[in-house]
Amino acid sequence: MNSADLLPYVRFGDAFQAGVDWSREHLSTLFEGIAATVESLVEPLVDLLTAPPAIVMVLIFAGLGWWLRGWKFGLGTALGLGLVAGMPIWDQTMSTLALVLVASGIALLLAVPLGIVISESRRASAVVRPVLDLMQTMPAFVYLIPAIFFFGVGVVPGTLATVVFSMPPGVRLTELGLRQVDREVVEAGEAFGASPWKILLRTKLPLALPTIMTGVNQVIMLALSMVVIAGMVGAGGLGEVITTALFRAQVGAGFEGGIAVVILAVVLDRLTDSIGARTASAKAQRAMQQA
Amino acid sequence: MPYAPWMETVSALRVKSLYKVYGNRADKAMEILRNSPDGDEKLAGLRVTTAVVDANFEVRRGEIFVVMGLSGSGKSTLIRMLNGLLSPTHGTVEIDGVDITKLKPAALRKLRREKISMVFQHFALQPHRSVLDNAGYALEVAGLPRAERREKALQALRMVGLDGSADKLPQELSGGMRQRVGLARALAAGTDIMLMDEAFSALDPLIRREVQDQLIELQAELGKTIVFITHDLNEAMRLGDRIAVMRAGRIVQIGTAEEILTDPSNDYVAQFVADVDRTRILTASAVMERPLGVVDVDSGPRVAARVLRETQTSAVYVTGRDKRYLGTVTADAAAQAVRDGRKNLQEIVSTDHVRTVEDTTPVADIFAAAAQSPAPVAVVDPAGRLAGVIPRVTLLSALGSLSADTGETTATPEPADEAGTAPTADPTRAVGAAGTAPTENGNATAEVPAQVVAEPSVRLTGGSA
Repeated sequence: MNSADLLPYVRFGDAFQAGVDWSREHLSTLFEGIAATVESLVEPLVDLLTAPPAIVMVLIFAGLGWWLRGWKFGLGTALGLGLVAGMPIWDQTMSTLALVLVASGIALLLAVPLGIVISESRRASAVVRPVLDLMQTMPAFVYLIPAIFFFGVGVVPGTLATVVFSMPPGVRLTELGLRQVDREVVEAGEAFGASPWKILLRTKLPLALPTIMTGVNQVIMLALSMVVIAGMVGAGGLGEVITTALFRAQVGAGFEGGIAVVILAVVLDRLTDSIGARTASAKAQRAMQQA
Repeated sequence: MPYAPWMETVSALRVKSLYKVYGNRADKAMEILRNSPDGDEKLAGLRVTTAVVDANFEVRRGEIFVVMGLSGSGKSTLIRMLNGLLSPTHGTVEIDGVDITKLKPAALRKLRREKISMVFQHFALQPHRSVLDNAGYALEVAGLPRAERREKALQALRMVGLDGSADKLPQELSGGMRQRVGLARALAAGTDIMLMDEAFSALDPLIRREVQDQLIELQAELGKTIVFITHDLNEAMRLGDRIAVMRAGRIVQIGTAEEILTDPSNDYVAQFVADVDRTRILTASAVMERPLGVVDVDSGPRVAARVLRETQTSAVYVTGRDKRYLGTVTADAAAQAVRDGRKNLQEIVSTDHVRTVEDTTPVADIFAAAAQSPAPVAVVDPAGRLAGVIPRVTLLSALGSLSADTGETTATPEPADEAGTAPTADPTRAVGAAGTAPTENGNATAEVPAQVVAEPSVRLTGGSA
């Protein structure tokens, strides 16, 4: 007897397909709106980043690195991005950067409020957590399929698939950061008659900020990795460079694209990390460790 | 006590049959507890935790009311119900006559801002904000303009001696200083009632002592109504005008430190107070005795001489108008005055011979005075009247914690033949004499009352203290 006869074939796929079909038919206005919004965000940003000569952009990033982390990092940024600017893929790198910034921006706009909600309610947390697990473990390519279905090929499906893929750590670390805030400090706020809203804004969020910034950093890193995959659906940028190299078996071109991604990743990682370290509560934590 | 009599009628805080039961079957547990007050066994089947059971008390204006109990006795739960951080399973909490358990969240927040502030065990300061911002937190919550907030916060910091650290972060301060910021934050709030939850428990013993002193000083000045939670009996005794002892969610006794020490309501309290340094808690008024030889300053030296003979003591205590204590007259001085033909004791009365202490002086601080006085130390009340005397043997008895009721140990007899002779220097004998006191107590006092306060033959030794 075949096991397939014993166990039922639950047709997840059909159900999902049906859901997608229904949505496409009835919610087309919504998707058009989303598509328009994403395009209106990405395209001007790409234009902005590619407008100045590459060397100017390199210097701007180097200056930012110097200011946030010191001259060593500024110099490293200049060398790394200078290397990329020397390759014929600078515009693609900048459009990848634009995609990452927009996608992680949208992801954080959704993730932080969601994290706040589930940090307040155990029940909401119990519902959201498995969904986050699903979002994080689902193979990244799978997101691309419905995204194409809704939005066709181009920048929009790539960006939205990236949003979905990169959001979970933002939610999780926001929740973690808020839950880690000293219970007694929150209680003190209550005892002195502060409203829950005020306690959230003036006490909990500032104290959770270093952890939330770690979440921001993680979101950006995940977005960067997903944006390359999104190159397969015509999102452009370095993803396109790499997928083209893959299909044409151009080892060198693929490696160049990969190096550009790595350099961009390192620069973004260190920059966001240092922003987290500059928050007031991170300073307070350091003061505590010294004491 | 600093409160006026009319204020006693309106308590600052009144708690009536307050219960807090945790668990899904809390209602059922409440029913059982209400019907059989000691029915803890009946709760065994229910998965509930009874944190507070039937708490009833009132806190008077301007007093420090200490709730003392070991960890898990429900005292932290109790204090959190006093300002509505936790809502009770049953019962009422009234602040200035308003039942806060019935208030809506917004009204409760308003009441906390205006009437009741809190100091926390682990300080609960905002680590990302300056000491000044922390001290002014309550004012910020209340929506005061920045400048006014700053000024009041600085004023509160000055009260606790931390105005110099206003711009530091809390982490840059020591534990004791941080808790003073916590105290300043509560003071700046300007509420009449302050809740202090194990406020000094996280501090080193020496620092704790320092902050306790500061609280006592501030309290003398400000007269706040304070509910102070602690597991440290000595702290409770030191700070509390009245103390509530909690055990397993129940308040087992409420009383002053002395009442709890001398008249514990049950074995648990008795055991709890067994280790207390009684000499710090018991005051002169708790151990003093009725002075035997008292004469008026206007009576003649012959009267004094006769009283001295009758009582077989080395000095008489002289009082003036309104029973005010003036000093003592020794046998030699009285005899000399008789020979000189003096009319009264005005000129020969002296305070050099016998030391004087106030009735609120802790027993521990009387030893030096007792050692320097050949006759029992005189005790005066705030009005300066002679309230009683304390012979050295009484001090030793109190020290030895011979009996829970210090009243019984006051009349420790000494062999009559030793009266007036050179003091024995044998400490073992001294302790031995005090140790046998209660058994000899009854007959000895009845037979030879005069010897009771006779020149004691016991020398106080440092070792026994």
